[in-house]
Amino acid sequence: MNRVQLEGRRGFLGKAFSAGAFILSAKVLPVEAFGAEADNAAWHPSVYFGLQPDGAAIIVAHRSEMGTGIRSVLPAVLAEELDLDWKRVKIEQAIGDAKYGSQNTDGSCSIRDFYDALREAGASARLMLERAAASKWGVPASECQGRMHEVTHKASGRKLGYGELATLAAKQPVPKKEELTFKPPSEYRFVGKPLPTIDRDDLCMGKGTFGIDARVPGMVYASIERSPVFGGKLKSFDDKDARAVKGVLQTAVIDSFAPPHMFQALGGVAVIADNTWSAMQGRKKLKVEWDLGENAAFDSGAYKKSLQDAARKPQRAVRIVGDVEAEFARGLKTHEAEYYVPMLSHAPMEPPAAVAEFKDGKVTAWAATQNPQAVQEAVSAAMGIDKKDVVCNVTLLGGGFGRKSKPDYVVEAALLSKKTGKPVKVVWSREEDIRFDFYHAPAAMYMKAATDPNGRPTAWLQRSVFPTIGSTFDPRAQYGQEFEMGMGWVDLPYDIRNQRAENGPAKNPVRIGWLRAVANIYHAFAIHSFVDELAAAAGRDRVEYLLDLIGPGRKVAIKPEGMTYWNNTQSQDKFPVDTARLRRVIELAAEKSGWASRKPAKGRALGIAAHRSFLTYVAVVADVEIDEKGRVKVHRIDLAADAGKIVNPDRVKAQFEGAVVFGASIALLGEITGANGRIKQSNFHDYQVARMNQSPVETRIHMVASEEPHAGVGEPGVPPVMPAICNAIFAATGKRIRELPIKNHKLV
Amino acid sequence: MIKLKVNGRSRQFDGDPEMPLLWYLRDLLEMTGTKYGCGQGLCGACTVHIGGAAARSCVTPMKSAAGKNILTIEGLAAKGDHPVQQAWKQCNVPQCGYCQSGQIMQAVSLLKVNPKPTDREIDDVMQGNICRCGTYQRIREAIKLAAGVKTSEVKA
Repeated sequence: MNRVQLEGRRGFLGKAFSAGAFILSAKVLPVEAFGAEADNAAWHPSVYFGLQPDGAAIIVAHRSEMGTGIRSVLPAVLAEELDLDWKRVKIEQAIGDAKYGSQNTDGSCSIRDFYDALREAGASARLMLERAAASKWGVPASECQGRMHEVTHKASGRKLGYGELATLAAKQPVPKKEELTFKPPSEYRFVGKPLPTIDRDDLCMGKGTFGIDARVPGMVYASIERSPVFGGKLKSFDDKDARAVKGVLQTAVIDSFAPPHMFQALGGVAVIADNTWSAMQGRKKLKVEWDLGENAAFDSGAYKKSLQDAARKPQRAVRIVGDVEAEFARGLKTHEAEYYVPMLSHAPMEPPAAVAEFKDGKVTAWAATQNPQAVQEAVSAAMGIDKKDVVCNVTLLGGGFGRKSKPDYVVEAALLSKKTGKPVKVVWSREEDIRFDFYHAPAAMYMKAATDPNGRPTAWLQRSVFPTIGSTFDPRAQYGQEFEMGMGWVDLPYDIRNQRAENGPAKNPVRIGWLRAVANIYHAFAIHSFVDELAAAAGRDRVEYLLDLIGPGRKVAIKPEGMTYWNNTQSQDKFPVDTARLRRVIELAAEKSGWASRKPAKGRALGIAAHRSFLTYVAVVADVEIDEKGRVKVHRIDLAADAGKIVNPDRVKAQFEGAVVFGASIALLGEITGANGRIKQSNFHDYQVARMNQSPVETRIHMVASEEPHAGVGEPGVPPVMPAICNAIFAATGKRIRELPIKNHKLV
Repeated sequence: MIKLKVNGRSRQFDGDPEMPLLWYLRDLLEMTGTKYGCGQGLCGACTVHIGGAAARSCVTPMKSAAGKNILTIEGLAAKGDHPVQQAWKQCNVPQCGYCQSGQIMQAVSLLKVNPKPTDREIDDVMQGNICRCGTYQRIREAIKLAAGVKTSEVKA
């Protein structure tokens, strides 16, 4: 089979690149970049912007919209610097195309990687418009200023609209970066303001088009029966009854993948029908026999035990500071604890869905995807066609959380379109979504510390074992990759003389994938629970203890063993591990939650945890009550965050609010298990996610006003939520939760 | 032949009477504002009004919809200015937005029955509608806004 090296998330295949880097220089592009709507008089000074002679400004959103607001917020950065009238801005969703830079909307890096590019594109366009006006009026460009969609000559008061200047501006040379001037922040109308997203009103009317809503003339619908066990192969099938279902048109086989599975289709038998329901009904009538393969032995209970056993033994060191063994040998008091986080499923409200049409050797897809360039790669590999011959249109995404950066479902639609000769829509049922996910890795952690008479650690050992996401690309990969180790494992910022981080191997029995906050989820749970255990053993206030452990404000140079520090692909010079910023969010969360003045109450207490991830610092205080029946109620979350500079404060707040609910789901409810190679859960009754009555009653977000570089927002709110809740439960009940989810524990 | 009204318009359906209303709306009428989320009445993404009350269209077979008046998100207000929609916009509720049609239809139904719901009453009704983005706090706020209830007035 034809195979290509897919672009890895966050450069973990060794191609650490700044996604925004190569598009920083604005360039005049051929008009066809903007498709049929463009005309020859239109002007496109960068890949992100076009201006029509009637003044309509087109800004390209090249990142996928899955609820963060990014397709409004990044264009607003360009609109700000160019000083556009927002009402005359039209946002176009980009197709997958490498010319935009990375479109992999994943890793909480859209603003970090593209703020400068969009800002400079806006400033370039404004300068070219100002120069165009200056040449027309015969005045120095320095006397002309572009504001609110027009250029004004200050001395004479003459004005020309941006649209009127479009043709002239297009003839201006593209300015060099050092020629650009930027608006003073005091004049900002969009950046730093809670601008509503362009999609908000449509979404309140049911008008947004998601992948599942895409429609093409002549389209048919597919529902696919897949091997119940990962890697199983089709032996035989009988489709007689399936084809008898009204509306069913035909069946078609999708071949099983050859390793590595990457983002290939899993394979199976598809039932094609003239509507979704008939396709699903037909699929239920298929009689299929599978050769289940070696993963049929997978049992999540035994697998968990194997992870825990490995975590109890010495493993590969990934960070060494001082000498923990020598310190442990000194006979100080030691503490040990083990933690476990189960497999999790993404369960976006819109299950994987895509439409694809194969015609004349080319594929056109409409997909809810976080990564349209990965769609091009994966579809071209599966179909044996050139990447350029795959056009991926990006719809809105009904949630992503990492699931939709893996385009196996788009590959299915493309393969089926070739087999049927028609455009095909593939919609995964919720059952398929839960049973055939790229699961968040189950992880076992072992922790050990030696403490001085004040209960302060003098040695700290942490060991994790989990199946790696690297197995997606190499079935032999069993150790945590550099990016997984960089997610809260090799970068512990505590002021402890002797530290050692280790990581052990695990084989993947299912597809493993990244889920919002990724490896930070289990790392943060173990570390911040263990800190709380040590503070409790010392009988010290948790906030005071945590600040003592972190030590004075400083920049901690991280030097892992045998790998470089991932640091979200960024340098430690630009984004150091800064304990002053970590301290500040802890102090802010403590202050806002009323930590210091909190009176003890029966069955109710506060818990705290603080974690740096995606270059952002977050502290969470959870106010949790356990009633007489052992039911958990999270009354309030105070989340303090320093994400550097922020663009849209309301959408940032919304992301952290959402992260709190996502974290509450993981803490309280989330658990995927398997037996005989099959995933046991199938829908929201047995794979529970937090509902309104299970979510924190009140969430307060407190942002640190920061002039530090833009950092991540979508994911970093999640990791501290789980340990904060569990630490509160301990404070309230004396019961320590070392395995998630909390629903499995009796609390009274 | 099944006859029904969708957003005031008479419709006829002669397909499988077991087909859920959801797929009839989405695939046959091409009204995609109503969403598929679970197919089992567990998540609320498919919520419409049948005979004026909120119902899960994914578990409502067409034969049960016969003779009924169906209201979908598309028919709630031509300009999207129903008081609940206005409140939703004011609170900037949607993130991805996928579940919001169902949330809004459920909230409209709630306020029809209970014009001044307490937090507990809002939770009791809205807990059937999952939002994976986690917009619950703003949904609650928007429902109170639409109800004309000040947030500070109602606790517990």
